[in-house]
Amino acid sequence: MIDVTKLHVGDVIYLDEIVYTARDAAHLRLSKMLENGEKLPVNFEGSFIYYAGPTPTKPGKIAGSIGPTTSARMDKFISLMPKLKIKGMIGKGPRNEDVVKACKENKLVYLIATGGAGALLSKKIISCEEIAFQDLGCESIKRLEVKNFPVIVAIDTEGNDIFKR
Amino acid sequence: MKEINYSDIKNNVVKAIYDSCFNLNEYSLNKLREAKDNEDKEMAKTIISQLLENAEIATNDEIPMCQDTGIVTCLVYLGIDVRLNCDLETPINDAVKEAYENYYLRKSVVDPLTRINTKDNTPAIIHTTIVEGDKLTIYVVPKGAGSENMSQIKMLNPTVGENGIVEFVKDVVKQAGGKACPPIYLGIGIGGNFETCAMLAKKALATRVEPKNETISNLKNQILEEVNSLDIGPMGLGGKSTCLDVFIEALPCHIASLPVAVNIQCHANRVEKIEL
Repeated sequence: MIDVTKLHVGDVIYLDEIVYTARDAAHLRLSKMLENGEKLPVNFEGSFIYYAGPTPTKPGKIAGSIGPTTSARMDKFISLMPKLKIKGMIGKGPRNEDVVKACKENKLVYLIATGGAGALLSKKIISCEEIAFQDLGCESIKRLEVKNFPVIVAIDTEGNDIFKR
Repeated sequence: MKEINYSDIKNNVVKAIYDSCFNLNEYSLNKLREAKDNEDKEMAKTIISQLLENAEIATNDEIPMCQDTGIVTCLVYLGIDVRLNCDLETPINDAVKEAYENYYLRKSVVDPLTRINTKDNTPAIIHTTIVEGDKLTIYVVPKGAGSENMSQIKMLNPTVGENGIVEFVKDVVKQAGGKACPPIYLGIGIGGNFETCAMLAKKALATRVEPKNETISNLKNQILEEVNSLDIGPMGLGGKSTCLDVFIEALPCHIASLPVAVNIQCHANRVEKIEL
């Protein structure tokens, strides 16, 4: 299990972690549930949120194609992240200032995986289980165990941003 | 008259969807290999290497190369000497249903307002052009949203000229940055009117159109050079390979107008061409 405060922007690392997939529709639903004071269906504590909606898993396989989606669409939900007590987020592309600030204040990291490498990343998944919001189809929340999952540190806990050059 | 029937169209569209999602086309593969050789930065090389490895895994392990298996766009060119025994929508949409179910592709199509999934990835988006001859040609493009979302159209002031067009294109590419899965491809429509301009951009991209005259050819080279000087690079982390190719289609327009549409495509540039 990784200590995210030891990571620096630009580091290339290989994750062995618990990761939950959640993208647009799941974020919207989670934020509405919190607004309404409802209990969330998943305990995200100590894990990573992965902005991803995989292809369906073929029988006999562990997971389908599972690359990152564009993270910027989830910038508007950044205030939700510290409440989930996660270690960080995984996606692709730049984030806004609110995200940089939230990473610094809450000691979160933003990691990027290679967009369009869904087949390669699928091989780094050792288990995949759909655990919430099944009605959202490919946008449901899946619990993944990843091993040697290649990512780059894009925003570190000091608020350094790889996209600011 | 050449007879083309329902199953000829459906079976070929199913195969085109399969090939485009599992077997990265030679054109895109070569562009990626060239880009890797051309890059100096280690990070850029590493990312392109991952994309090449990804393409191999996709084919060998039958895993879609990208989880976003797109909304299917078909550009159909129907010869006047072809006789069909069906409409065009039925076999194409039936092919989409079959391919997305049987090959475990992601069904990514929803009602725009309720956001409820159509559950079979239909409807496909179909654009038909009637042409001379006895051929039916279909360009099948399962287009993902990461790049499509970053596309833009603008009605420019006609006096801005070619440099104004280049500035707009650069602005669109900068705004897309690392979001659109660079290294990207650009389809650019110039002229026509509002909706035709967007179609020109899509057609240019899907058919990988060659410049039709010297002015367009020079504009293409200028755009490629200036966009690749932006240092966006693979995944937006810097490098020379921001854009791998530019395709431009132009059409006369009104004296008061200069519509320009920029359709962005990701590094996979998934397109399969069917000729019947």
